[in-house]
Amino acid sequence: MSVLVNEKTRLIVQGFTGREGTFHAQQMIEYGTTVVGGVTPGKGGTKHLERPVFDTVAEAVKATGANASVIFVPPPYAADAILEAADAELPLVICITEGIPVLDMVRVSLTIDRDKTRLVGPNCPGVISPGKCKIGIMPGRIHKPGHVGIVSRSGTLTYEAVDQLTRLGIGQSTCIGIGGDPIIGTPFLDAIKLFNDDPETHAIILIGEIGGNAEEVAAAWIKANVKKPVVGFIAGQTAPPGRRMGHAGAIISGGQGTAKDKYVAMAAAGIKTVETPADLGSTLAAALK
Amino acid sequence: MKIHEYQAKAILARYGVTTPRSEVAFTKEEARDGAQRLKSSVIVVKAQIHAGGRGKAGGVKLVHSPDEAAEVATRMLGMNLVTIQTGPGGRIVKRLLIEEGLDIKRELYLSLLVDRSVGRVVFMASAAGGMEIEEVAKNNPDAIIKEIVHPAVGLQPYQARKLAFGLGLTGEVANNAAPFFQALHRAFVDTDASMLEINPCVLTGDGKLVALDAKMTFDDNGLFRHKDLRGLRDLDEEDPLEVEASKYGLNYIKLDGSVGCMVNGAGLAMATMDIIKYAGGSAANFLDVGGGASADQVKNAFRILMSDPAVKAVFINIFGGILRCDVLATGVVAAAKELQLKVPVVVRMEGTNVEQGQQILRDSGLNFTIANGMKDGAQKVVALAGGAR
Repeated sequence: MSVLVNEKTRLIVQGFTGREGTFHAQQMIEYGTTVVGGVTPGKGGTKHLERPVFDTVAEAVKATGANASVIFVPPPYAADAILEAADAELPLVICITEGIPVLDMVRVSLTIDRDKTRLVGPNCPGVISPGKCKIGIMPGRIHKPGHVGIVSRSGTLTYEAVDQLTRLGIGQSTCIGIGGDPIIGTPFLDAIKLFNDDPETHAIILIGEIGGNAEEVAAAWIKANVKKPVVGFIAGQTAPPGRRMGHAGAIISGGQGTAKDKYVAMAAAGIKTVETPADLGSTLAAALK
Repeated sequence: MKIHEYQAKAILARYGVTTPRSEVAFTKEEARDGAQRLKSSVIVVKAQIHAGGRGKAGGVKLVHSPDEAAEVATRMLGMNLVTIQTGPGGRIVKRLLIEEGLDIKRELYLSLLVDRSVGRVVFMASAAGGMEIEEVAKNNPDAIIKEIVHPAVGLQPYQARKLAFGLGLTGEVANNAAPFFQALHRAFVDTDASMLEINPCVLTGDGKLVALDAKMTFDDNGLFRHKDLRGLRDLDEEDPLEVEASKYGLNYIKLDGSVGCMVNGAGLAMATMDIIKYAGGSAANFLDVGGGASADQVKNAFRILMSDPAVKAVFINIFGGILRCDVLATGVVAAAKELQLKVPVVVRMEGTNVEQGQQILRDSGLNFTIANGMKDGAQKVVALAGGAR
């Protein structure tokens, strides 16, 4: 099994005909993801990548039976795209777009009905269940089907972990990029809960960053609820306070959100922590033995 | 994006927030004329830099005449102001705020920011004005009161009153505080601010609330819809290399080590700084070239990296997913040839077409060291930069 996405996922692409949307839709189709169509307002009725284009998400869902959406819409319009997908009651919405204003996300996160729609991202690489379904921008071929769940705020660090595991012959159940923004739809805690409930996920890798306290919140829950082995890493141990390190959410402010605090919380929760991402794969392999 | 105190006060005044009467001065003559126009028995001369802690560092002076204001301005303009927030390098003072002195009865702390744990704007207030809020939070967290704002309705009058009474304000003053606080919230939301701090907000002898200081930072992601605010950026307050990098859409942050870094992805870029430290060295910069970097971006990134004289060796750490290793290697070789590479470069590449990428580097005849993994790369580059320190 896997979480969030699988062979039953029927995907529409918002921002389908744009440069990013086109390129990554192609990659997803090649990987085997069931891409049933896309949405570009004003281009409804046309075809793109041999799939129908719709003016609205509601029409696309009605015509294709889609149950997931991925968003490649530029930042000024991305919040609106998320709300449109939620309004169409899509159960899963994955927003790749980087650069959405924080106050837009404040409004989005209070408007979405969480019982009906799960948002992943924004500013994330997406979600992949290897061998079944890839939604997002991650390189599909480094993945291998298996039993390790990965949840991460960083795209390339997820690829590092996946690559190490695959080389060691260890596959992944699902890899969830939750995104590097301060306000995101699916925080660590939600992803950890999904992995904990998934019988086919046998171990978890958690890759955090400086900023906020989502890692600490997840660690507290892991301590009380998770029996599966968890390996953790936090990027930004040497980051100067008060500076945004690339990701909008990666900032130590007012002494809060340091890597040190997160490591302390993870260690207290029994998570096996590593000091460099180079050790993620081998540490997980050892934990599985 | 940060702005100066005087710019923040001008924005707040448009929303009806009371600020002291003031004038901006770039020269000592302007300081004298400004002080003259204020007609105040006490005048405050404040250095305008993008950092706090100015008072203790000598960046805020009380004067009693226009001539004295000019005299202080002469000393302050051009001085290198070193505060706890500027770092040892300090900042050159180029602008001054000349302000009327006020009869201060109480000092309060007010701020707004986005609380990421609840995903909403939070209004914070403390009766301990003038102090660093981090100190208050650490030593006396109960002294900070908070109101979380629902974005659909904004800061409600009852919330503003709760804040006012929580600060110990009473009667007419408390009633007047409510619209003052609401105005601050409107200014925050309208401008896509990420932080707004009034420290201190003072209660004057005649019972008025005045924003005596103002610090405002805007969400860079929101600036596309605020053309007017973009013009307030002061490039003198930013590192020149960071300014240069921002022109090419590169995420570059200058640090104080000797290993230049070029990485794709923010998380990996941070982890690269960490692993360099782990190997005994320290990074000269944070640089994320992004997932889909072009050869041109790679070249510009390389050039900016090299123009930092502190860089003794360079570590290129790329996980090529979408960005193919052969494309990256071609870009790096072209840039290194054009820029006449002067320092050793260690390259660690993984991902698509990694063999072709490494071959391109080997065939270039340039001084590249190919690393076998991130850890190996970090150790090699630290050794080449002069060893562990």
